[in-house]
Amino acid sequence: MSMEKRVAVPKEAHAQEQAHDHHEPQSFWTKYVFSQDHKVIAIQFTVTALFVGFVGLVMSWGMRLQLGFPGLFEFLNPNTYYQAVTQHGMIMIIYVLTAILLGGFGNFLIPLMLGARDMAFPFVNMLSYWVYLLSVIVLLASFFVPGGPTGAGWTLYPPQAILPGTPGSDGGIVLMLLSLVIFIAAATMGGLNYVTTVLQLRTRGMTLMRMPLAIWGIFVASILALLAFPALFVGGVMLLLDKVAGTSFFMPTIVQFGQKLGYEGGNPLLFQHLFWYFGHPEVYIVALPAFGLISELVSIHARKPIFGYRMMIWAILAIGVISFVVWAHHMFVSGMNPYFGFFFATTTLIIAIPTAIKVYNWVLTLWRGNLHLNTPMLFAIGFISTFVIGGLTGLFLGNVVVDIPLSDTYFVVAHFHLVMGVATILAIFGGLYHWFPKATGRMLNETLGKAHFWVTFLGSYAIFFPMHYMGFLGVPRRYFDFEAFDFIPESMAGLEAFITVAALITGAAQFLFVVNVIWSLAKGPKAEPNPWRATTLEWQTPTTPPPHGNWGPTLPAVYRWAYDYSVPGAPDDFIPQTVPVAAPVAAAPAPGTVTDGGGGDGASDGSEPTKRDGE
Amino acid sequence: MQAVLIAGALVLIAVGAVIFTLVTPWWFTPQASNWGEIDSTLLLTIWITGIAFVLVNLFVAYTVIRYRHREGQRAEYLPEHKRLEWGLIALTTVGVIVLLAPGLFVYSRFITPPEEAMLVEVVGEQWRWTFRFPGPDGVLGEADPQRISFENPFGIDPDDPYAQDDVLVLGNELHLPVGVPVKLQLRAKDVLHSFYVPQFRVKMDTVPGMVTHLWFTPTEVGRYEIACAEYCGIGHHTMRGVVVVEDEESFRQWLATQPIFGSPAGRSE
Repeated sequence: MSMEKRVAVPKEAHAQEQAHDHHEPQSFWTKYVFSQDHKVIAIQFTVTALFVGFVGLVMSWGMRLQLGFPGLFEFLNPNTYYQAVTQHGMIMIIYVLTAILLGGFGNFLIPLMLGARDMAFPFVNMLSYWVYLLSVIVLLASFFVPGGPTGAGWTLYPPQAILPGTPGSDGGIVLMLLSLVIFIAAATMGGLNYVTTVLQLRTRGMTLMRMPLAIWGIFVASILALLAFPALFVGGVMLLLDKVAGTSFFMPTIVQFGQKLGYEGGNPLLFQHLFWYFGHPEVYIVALPAFGLISELVSIHARKPIFGYRMMIWAILAIGVISFVVWAHHMFVSGMNPYFGFFFATTTLIIAIPTAIKVYNWVLTLWRGNLHLNTPMLFAIGFISTFVIGGLTGLFLGNVVVDIPLSDTYFVVAHFHLVMGVATILAIFGGLYHWFPKATGRMLNETLGKAHFWVTFLGSYAIFFPMHYMGFLGVPRRYFDFEAFDFIPESMAGLEAFITVAALITGAAQFLFVVNVIWSLAKGPKAEPNPWRATTLEWQTPTTPPPHGNWGPTLPAVYRWAYDYSVPGAPDDFIPQTVPVAAPVAAAPAPGTVTDGGGGDGASDGSEPTKRDGE
Repeated sequence: MQAVLIAGALVLIAVGAVIFTLVTPWWFTPQASNWGEIDSTLLLTIWITGIAFVLVNLFVAYTVIRYRHREGQRAEYLPEHKRLEWGLIALTTVGVIVLLAPGLFVYSRFITPPEEAMLVEVVGEQWRWTFRFPGPDGVLGEADPQRISFENPFGIDPDDPYAQDDVLVLGNELHLPVGVPVKLQLRAKDVLHSFYVPQFRVKMDTVPGMVTHLWFTPTEVGRYEIACAEYCGIGHHTMRGVVVVEDEESFRQWLATQPIFGSPAGRSE
């Protein structure tokens, strides 16, 4: 933890300077469109990602209609089916989950929770959003080129991805790869910003070991993104060259449909290694921020300190490091050297230990708490349940020999949807319900929110739980239909139809959220500055929603860790981070003022959170 | 109200998962190879993870009911509990070892074919399977994709003496003798495919430009479907084949009807 030494005094003077800039009058365009305010950028990322998510949702409906009712819909043929499968996966993982968790929550929460006025590089931050938007436009443009978008599967494995016989193997794949390269440029700009801001712009007293776990998750995920995305970048560029320039990075001698192609000497496995060297950390790029959000929600709405704060941080760091040495568990049957199986199975099962710690600690935070079962808390509990089942099924797929019968079956589909799709989306929605009041100044409707939760939570189990058993049976994934398979009983047709109906309903329920947002923005009750009675800095801003610059003339100072809930002897069941330790506890929402030159220089002891550091 | 609902849902999920597992019509196909050990490791994993899943869900259901907010209630201030945390870490570590150790042990067998295994080549292409037996000499002739042509679909070196007795199976149907270990050598002509027979519990990708391997012993006479398990384009779902496992005698008769590379019949295919 040598980083802690560098905390010293945050750049107070610099931040003050920024404050002056920010109070300049601004036009509509610079305020809402080309804004450099991290909160506006966060909303831009979130709204764009939710819109693309709608496209991804429609894609999933397309594929479910085919699987549930094969042959009933004329627009569904192998071409459109595989395009839907591919675009659904790519859109959801890259353009929705990554964008919303880092670009949306990262942008909104980092400066507010750390007591900064904005990101370290506001202009680059703005650019990050516009480059992201460009990548989305290029992606969507691929729907309109001859041949349509690529249907190569979201993993884009060569040789198939760039050869005829795969949908969209001309314009579609080229635009897909270009879009990815552009997205990575955007993610890099964002990631550098998030990491720098966390390291440099924490307010006085906000030591690393006092940071909320949401920031820890986003911080480590941003580092992973900076280290992992370059592998996808080079893989994408090399594949693009194989496609358009006739190189053979990934292309060996190929005889396709009786014709010898002009490629020679390349290796398809090289792409898989590059892809998964990015692809597995990507799981944690998405999961760690979700872990962080859930830690906040569970603690705040259970009115109880997060259990094992320091262990939670160590778990995040351990997961971050180990996530770079597990990638080839996606390749156990790829034909790579079989001895790699021993290593990657072992590392993969080891990563289960810090992950399990996180689950235990969330559950133990609920234990002996005072649970307010509002919408954010329901989503958090839904997250725990779905993450547990998705995490446990990872133990099947990580353990090399158990993976062999299950690999590329519906068991895998069930696993990654529950752990990375459903659990993460539940965390995102929980976060949106939780922070919406701070971002907009309005409360969301609880009844609609609960309806949204219940359909989404139960619907997700209905969709994905039975798929585990299809996997035990051995049903392969990425099949347009299962006609004339003797080993698949006829009863599976009924199950497929059931899953499709569940998917249509669950997908439609997401519009409850859209309705809720629109209705609440217009008519929702005005939010108090701290409606959840939370300790972290974002709820202590002088105005809600906070203006550009966030804090008024003086930055808040931090005197305690982020989880002083239900402290014995305190009159309220929460003590904001801005309340000095000596002065007994008036739960005032006003930010603390900077009184002296003290800055945190040591780890706050989680078990003695009232200790006053560095004074 | 919400407490009862969410606790009820979690209990329903936990109990429902157990019941569903007991009564599901979708379960392992009957095992037809020597890889019963793979099923054992899978069942062990189902047991251990199943217990963890049920316990966590039930515990959350309990906390939701027991510690739901009521007037005047206050949470306990409990930031850490070292012994509990380390106890859980130890328990999880034991669980991981119990899963991993037998898994790696079985895997070491999975990648070690017996010496006496019968060699068969499998070649995947869009969207069908072909096969090659080494013939009486037990050695497959050299093959190179550069040499693949209409007349020579395997790209076999015509001057290789080992190639002359190679038996070519150009249909989608592979016959194997029951009880004889088989070592597959897998190749692909165009894109990735994966040789997968659910009842044998085995799967391995075929990769153009590379040779991959897989071994098993078919133990039950019967007809088993080969399903391609690596996405290979719009015909992926139609890329089926058949493995017919039969007694040695029927297998020999079948093999004798297939063309031989060195013979005129084999060349003209």
